Parts: sequence; C-alpha cells; structure tokens
Amino acid sequence: MTYYNIQFDKNGCLKHFLTIEGLKRQLLIDILDTAESFSGVTTQSIKKVPLLRGKTVVNLFFEPSTRTRTTFELAAKRLSADVLNINVTASATSKGETLLDTLHNLQAMHCDMFVVRHDRGGAAHFIAQHVAPHISILNAGDGCHAHPTQAMLDMFTIRRHKKEFSQLTVAIVGDILHSRVARSQIHALTTLGVNEVRVIGPETLIPCEAETLGVHVYHDLREGLRDVDVVIMLRLQHERMKGALLPSEHEYFRLYGLTEEKLAYAKPDAIVMHPGPINRGVEIDSSIADGPRSVILEQVTHGIAVRMAIMSMVLSAQTSSRSNPEGEIN
Amino acid sequence: MTPLPDVEQLLLEMAENLRTRLDAHHVKDPAMVGIHSGGVWVAERLHALLGLQQPLGSLDISFYRDDFVRIGINPQVKPSHLPFNVDDHHIILVDDVLYTGRTIRAAFNEIFDYGRPAAITLAVLIDRNGRELPIQADIIGQRMDLLTDTHIKLTGPQPLALHFKNT
Repeated sequence: MTYYNIQFDKNGCLKHFLTIEGLKRQLLIDILDTAESFSGVTTQSIKKVPLLRGKTVVNLFFEPSTRTRTTFELAAKRLSADVLNINVTASATSKGETLLDTLHNLQAMHCDMFVVRHDRGGAAHFIAQHVAPHISILNAGDGCHAHPTQAMLDMFTIRRHKKEFSQLTVAIVGDILHSRVARSQIHALTTLGVNEVRVIGPETLIPCEAETLGVHVYHDLREGLRDVDVVIMLRLQHERMKGALLPSEHEYFRLYGLTEEKLAYAKPDAIVMHPGPINRGVEIDSSIADGPRSVILEQVTHGIAVRMAIMSMVLSAQTSSRSNPEGEIN
Repeated sequence: MTPLPDVEQLLLEMAENLRTRLDAHHVKDPAMVGIHSGGVWVAERLHALLGLQQPLGSLDISFYRDDFVRIGINPQVKPSHLPFNVDDHHIILVDDVLYTGRTIRAAFNEIFDYGRPAAITLAVLIDRNGRELPIQADIIGQRMDLLTDTHIKLTGPQPLALHFKNT
C-alpha cells in the first residue's frame, strides 16, 4: 500500500510523520529511545542543543491548539531551529487563498518542516504529497483521523511508569468516535505489543468497526476498568459532534466520568492519563485529575522530548547520503 | 604498520602523567568526563587510578555534531550525564582516539551548555594524525602515525583492547 509509504524516503528513513498505522515496532522504540536522551537537555543550564540550527519550522495550525502548538514550538527551539507560528484560520484562507497556494508561498520562503493541524482527516497526507521534496510534514492532528505525536508521548509516559508493554492492559475511555488521539494510541499500543487494549464508552461514541483494530469494547466503565494498568481518559469533543449523541454531560459523568470509586476497579498501581484539555466533572473528577495516580502533567512535559526526537529524525533523513553509518569522526 | 600498544600499560602511564600535571597546576578536586563510548571506558579506569572525589561524568556528543544532517541520529544515543556543577570546576575530558578533532569541538560546546568550567584538560588514549581543527591533547597515551584509510578502534569495556580497521 502506497498510502503510508509516503512517510519514508527512498532510503527507508522517516521523512514525514503522519500516522502510526503501518510503522514498525522497532521504529516506535527508536523514537522512544531518542526521546529519552533528549529529555536530558532540560537539565542543562542552557536548555538547547544545536542540532537543527539554521532550519526553519512552520507551525501551520488550521485549528486552534495551545498545548500541542506550544510544545512543538518549544521542541523546535530547544533544537535551535527557527519557528514560525501561522494561525491559518485568521489569515489567508479567510481571504480566499487555497491550501495549496498557502503552502507554495511558505515553500517559497525556504522552510524545512511544516507541523500541520487541520480539522479534516487526511490534510497532512495531502500536504505531504504536494510539498517540495526537501520539506518534512508532521501531523499535529487531522480531523478524527490521527494525532501520532500525542500517541508517542503517551507511549513514552507509559514506558516511564510501566517498562514492559507486553504485560499491560490499557483502557481508553470516552469519546472514541471523534478521537484522533484514540486511533493513534490504539495503533501505537498494538504495534508495541501490549497484552490488551480496551475501549470503553457509550455505544453512540464507539465506532462500530472498533473491534477490527484489535481492541475489546466495553460499555460499562467498572467492568472495563477491572485490573487495567493504564487508564486513558478522553475529552468529549462537542465541537465535532453532529446530532444528539448524549443525553447530558451530567448523565455522561454519572456513567463514564472517572471517580475514585470507579478507579478502584483498576490495579492499585494503575496510572491515569488524559491528552488534555480536561473537562473537570465531565469525563474526570478533579480529585483524580489532581491525584497521585494522575500523570497528566507529565504527559505535557514528555511531549517536548518526544517531539524533539521526531523532528530531528525526519530532518536527518533529508539528505540521501548516509555515507558514514557508524559515525566515527573522532 | 605500528604495533598495537598494551592498553593497560598506557592507562598507568596516563594516570601518572595526569597526576603530575594536576599537581603542577595546583588543581584541587577536578571532575572527569568521558565521551561515549570508548572515552567513558578510558575515563572509568583513570578515575579509579587517580582516586578522584567527584563522580564520573559522561557525554554523548551526538546532538552537537557538525555532520548530523549527513548521518542522522542514532537512537542508541545515551543521555549525557554531568553529575557535578560545571561552573568553576577543572574538568578532565577523556576520549579514546583523537583524530579529526571534531568530537572534541562538539564536546567543548556541550560542556559549555552546562556551565563555565575553570579549565579543561584533554586526555586521550591514542593521538593519531589527521587533525582538521587546531585541537591538541594535554595527556597522550600514545601517538600513532596511520594511513588515512586505517582506523584505530577501542573495544571494551572488559578487557580494553585496540584494533585496526581498514575502510
């Protein structure tokens, strides 16, 4: 399938990072290992390495974002790249410029990487197909399709706490239907070989073909959380919901909101994750979000190292001559 | 071709020369840093032979290399670890082979991102010809004159041994 081969250059090096689907386990582990070494950069008194000096990264956001855009920006800056933030909703497209024309203009400014967020699934793929060959595209979330860097920072967070993926049972709870994060997490977790992935939510918010992704579907939160090692809560994505999928937020919290009482069904050392932004009292109780088992803020911190790793990997693939694979320069 | 020296003998001589040099410069409480991976092995031995008080540090200069775009990132990069305050410390930087000088240039840059050392002394097991930058070692196990397509490599950590490799 050529669908995801677009992510690799002719030498098999990662060139764009658009989706986890179709990536090999070893590549995911390489990303996590590389991120692990980048996490040390923050201990330096100068929190910067010169790796991407002279490169220009464009944050191209067609949809609002704070956390993702900020951590991409920080990651690029800690790699010494120059960063441009373009909020496209407020710029040229509203004046009638097409997506491709916007791209060609940015390309004419000699940028090296576009970090793209868009409300349509497939937007990052589309852009990757149309940019000049020296430009790398990172998908920072496209519609309900994928959010691969978020999934990788979640895997990084899980590995920091749990070590061995093959022993783990992971539950993803909530609005699976509209969640690009859930899709990318499911691909990452199954590729990394976890023991079991469960998705938990009301029938209206779980895609009917969910089981084909290799997950087990639960509609009862208590039953689904039994003996899990990792609980990933998702935000209710009101902005993507068309029609009445839920009776009320209050009803949703009663059935699917994570409380101390429901979390007691998980393993005693289970960690609680959330990609943010959290809706307190809708999908998660404040006492859990701020409690000792929550690793929600760690996820944010890890996002920087993971994005540094992915950015440097795609930009290092840019030249074809890997003449010195052992890298002996002495 | 030059015969390969005995690593253990070189380490003893290097430790002795280092001690003399540190005494002559009145250096108290120096900190030692090895460069991954061969330099760390050499540094571990020298650190023990000299009985240094500060914990041993290690540098992986991958993020500071000047040929990153050409060769990419090795996921096996180890995080750098400097378990002491770099500011105003005398640092002994250790590597296995000094060749082009580019690794040492990168290591200097990385050390300075952790702070401002009082001074840096460079100690290398092998100093071979082929310098591309004006960098020289203060303590040298052995100098070697090699053909450009001949490389010398340290394997370890137990035992430490030198090997020739032709490219």
